[in-house]
Amino acid sequence: MVGIYSLQHVVDWLVPGRELFLALHVLGVACFIYIVSKRLVPLPRAQSDPRFDQPLVRMGRVFKFWLGQWKHPRYKFAGTLHLLIFAGFILLALRAFTVLIVGVSENFAMPGLSGKTGQIYDLITDYAATVVFLCMAVAAVRRLVFKPARYAVPARYGKGHTADAVFLLGLIAILMVADSLFAASRSAGHVQQGQPAETLAAFSLPWMLQMAVGSLPMATIWGLNVGAYLVHEITFYFLLCYRPFGIQFHVETSLFSIYFSKLERGTLKPVRWDVPEERLDQLKSFGVKTFEDFTWKHILDFYSCADCGRCAENCPSNAVGRPLAPRFLTVKARDYAFKHYPVIGKANNSKPLIGTVFSEDEIWSCTTCGACEEECPLLVEYIDKIVDLRRGMIDDGNVPQSLQKPLKALESRGNPYGKIEKKRADWAKTPDFQQSTKVKVLDGKNAADTLYFVDSITSYDDRMQSIGRATARILSHLGKNFGILGAAEKDSGHEVRRFGEEMLFMALRDHNTEAIKASGVQRIVTADPHAFNALKHDYEDVPPVEHISQVLAREARAGNLRFNAADNWLENRDRVYTYHDPCYLGRHNQVYDDPRDVLDSIPGLNRVEMQRSRDRSFCCGGGGLMLFYEPKEEQRMGVMRVRMAAEAGANAIVTACPFCMVNIEDAIKVAGMEGKMSVIDLTELVDQHMVCEGCPDRTQKLETATVGG
Amino acid sequence: MEILVCARRVPDTSENEIELNTDGNDIEREELVYSVNEADNYAVEEALQIRDRVGGNVTVVTIDGEDGEEILRRELAMGANHAALVADDSFKGSDGRGIATILKAFVQKGHYGLILTGVQADDGAAQVGGMLAAMLDYPFASLVNSITLEDGKLKVSREIEGGNREMNEIDLPCVLSIQTGINEPRYVGMRGIRQVASVPIATLAASDLGVDMSAVGEAAARVKRVDYFVPASGKGAEMLHGSREENADRILELVAAKGGLK
Repeated sequence: MVGIYSLQHVVDWLVPGRELFLALHVLGVACFIYIVSKRLVPLPRAQSDPRFDQPLVRMGRVFKFWLGQWKHPRYKFAGTLHLLIFAGFILLALRAFTVLIVGVSENFAMPGLSGKTGQIYDLITDYAATVVFLCMAVAAVRRLVFKPARYAVPARYGKGHTADAVFLLGLIAILMVADSLFAASRSAGHVQQGQPAETLAAFSLPWMLQMAVGSLPMATIWGLNVGAYLVHEITFYFLLCYRPFGIQFHVETSLFSIYFSKLERGTLKPVRWDVPEERLDQLKSFGVKTFEDFTWKHILDFYSCADCGRCAENCPSNAVGRPLAPRFLTVKARDYAFKHYPVIGKANNSKPLIGTVFSEDEIWSCTTCGACEEECPLLVEYIDKIVDLRRGMIDDGNVPQSLQKPLKALESRGNPYGKIEKKRADWAKTPDFQQSTKVKVLDGKNAADTLYFVDSITSYDDRMQSIGRATARILSHLGKNFGILGAAEKDSGHEVRRFGEEMLFMALRDHNTEAIKASGVQRIVTADPHAFNALKHDYEDVPPVEHISQVLAREARAGNLRFNAADNWLENRDRVYTYHDPCYLGRHNQVYDDPRDVLDSIPGLNRVEMQRSRDRSFCCGGGGLMLFYEPKEEQRMGVMRVRMAAEAGANAIVTACPFCMVNIEDAIKVAGMEGKMSVIDLTELVDQHMVCEGCPDRTQKLETATVGG
Repeated sequence: MEILVCARRVPDTSENEIELNTDGNDIEREELVYSVNEADNYAVEEALQIRDRVGGNVTVVTIDGEDGEEILRRELAMGANHAALVADDSFKGSDGRGIATILKAFVQKGHYGLILTGVQADDGAAQVGGMLAAMLDYPFASLVNSITLEDGKLKVSREIEGGNREMNEIDLPCVLSIQTGINEPRYVGMRGIRQVASVPIATLAASDLGVDMSAVGEAAARVKRVDYFVPASGKGAEMLHGSREENADRILELVAAKGGLK
């Protein structure tokens, strides 16, 4: 049964092959287990995180995001490349193990892969190895010649990662060549001996290598075979043990990261998963201050990041030069983990992170827009980590002065502006408005079935009050029996929570929950996506909540909302609209089509899409407390956004969020685009155009002063 | 070092719409929200930072009714070691001298090496710090915007009109009035306040301190408020009407003319 040569009987350096290979197997596997077990050390020391629920949903996500590589094609070229490599690896896995075992047990075949099936599998994997090899070459050329910007490492984040990336590509390429040469030399040897030889897939790498070595002397072929085997084995185990030291660790961890990924959008993790709210007061410390304050899943995230840079490339904070790039948040945390939980030596942990690993400005710079999480192929989470780090800073009193006043005002007055409570409903008291629309205050004397939750900015900001009035007019026109909480409403606390002030958020939430319950309403409508997200995800036990755009779309489809032609045709024939997706309506709540459907039901309205739209929308600059924060940045997000709208050929931006309105309105002025660009809220546009018998003629006195419009 | 900070509860100007009452002798206090006077908060932060460098204790004292506890809790949450509320009906209507007299009695009950006050209260007249120092016969430095402590010597600086700074050495014990901007006061969240909710706060009356009653209370006040009004608005603003560039040039000129640019 054994030919002239036999792998396991070859004697190299006086060691029989079988023993040598077996020793290498044991050594390789032992090293890998040791390294991985060291990598796992911080996980049980970290905070709890219940991710063991809903196994079917989680398996579904594994199929979609891991096996299906769902996010990868968002970057067409790199995504395709990765898909090919991933598919190659999956196909080659069994082949690689077979090869490893063959050194010890020559005629071994994977169960189910003997005979015909085995031959077909071998043919497929011949091509797989070829494709992976070619992909390595292409990837190396990309890294070395084309250098996509997202791989660059700014000086403040340390040295570039190109050398490491190319080294890994090289190792994989060597693995593919060794595997192919092993198959090629074995087949060539059998041919020369006149034995039944393995058929290699035409034009594959093994096939070409067989062509090349086929006519060599038998001894050389034999030597190549053993050499290829050794190189394959050593490279395989070196890669296996080297991966946990860098970005390639995702090969092992991604499956777990994706299985345990966060299932709910728009939500935030509680302060501690294992501490109920009523016992929070007993906690000595809040949030993440040291590495071990992260949850085990968040540490797993650090290991899983593949350093592809998609998060940072889509991060608006990074784009405007704020000192934050999600990618480096992870890279720095991973470096910390590797340094303080070394493979050799004792763990040296519990050092404060802020001021050493992360800077304060870095952590305050995030607008929680979610662009990074939307993009990440490995579903790495960022917002929960940022908020946890902020909770830690709040707990240490480490809060920028610019944020302290609004936080204090939220505590004493329920709004960040320090305005008095009884004026919260004043937006509904302008004489013109009161004549046409009555807004009930649900204070016990009045009842309604729909609550319009206005929130602070729309209640108090002179410009945004127009959104409140437009919303009220629309609800009234639609015949909704609605009211507001008036002075009893406090800030939804959405940004209070996302800025890490959990206790203040809880106070605001409890107050509002009580007021909403007391009002007896059955549903809630809001025109503020931040309030929408808070009521939907951060509050419990409140009636179902909808954003006004969802109501508008439904009523338009039902025929209850009809529109006049867009603008005054003669005056505004050149007006081209584009819709800007607010982060907390779009990405966090997946409301993309409703606002667009409403716009498209206005006859003659000309609408274009920005390149960055829907789930790739670009944050306007952030809402709530972010308006008070003074970031270190080179330019404003809003200015970039306004330029994107202009590039798309639009001269009017429609948004559906008062904070987007503030930021974009300011940005138009800063960019010097007054007269060339205008901005309007969806409710204001609908209010202008809805066909409404009995409504006062508003076309003469549009109160919505669109900037430059 | 034992440090005392004298703090006061005032209506927060950024969170209230201040209106006159119908009698025209005070503001409408019905719906006001109060907080610790801003400069006093900087003084507490400075005291905490000094304590953290050299050790000792920080005590915060306020003269108020029961509501004074609110700001004391906030300062305790910031990190002060002790807080004391000095409350007595007979204190009502005291002028600056009266307040300084009460504080003097409080200071003499303890052993404070350093006494800090805010440079002035939002609704105050910046008198108490100086008077207190004089009554105690302690040295006094006002408008302090930096404090350094070397070899038991205190060096304090203050800003001089025009942006220059002056450095002074001062003997201990002393009284300093602290300027806002001397530091960045730490944030106090709800959690912090709740954590000190059960810390006892000593409440002291006139008799506990042995206050010289001849100087306190409305009857003893030698400065009395006779009117309180909103001044008629004058011509304070100059509107610039021009292109963006013209306006920018004009603003530059105006700022330079007022000595804002060099």
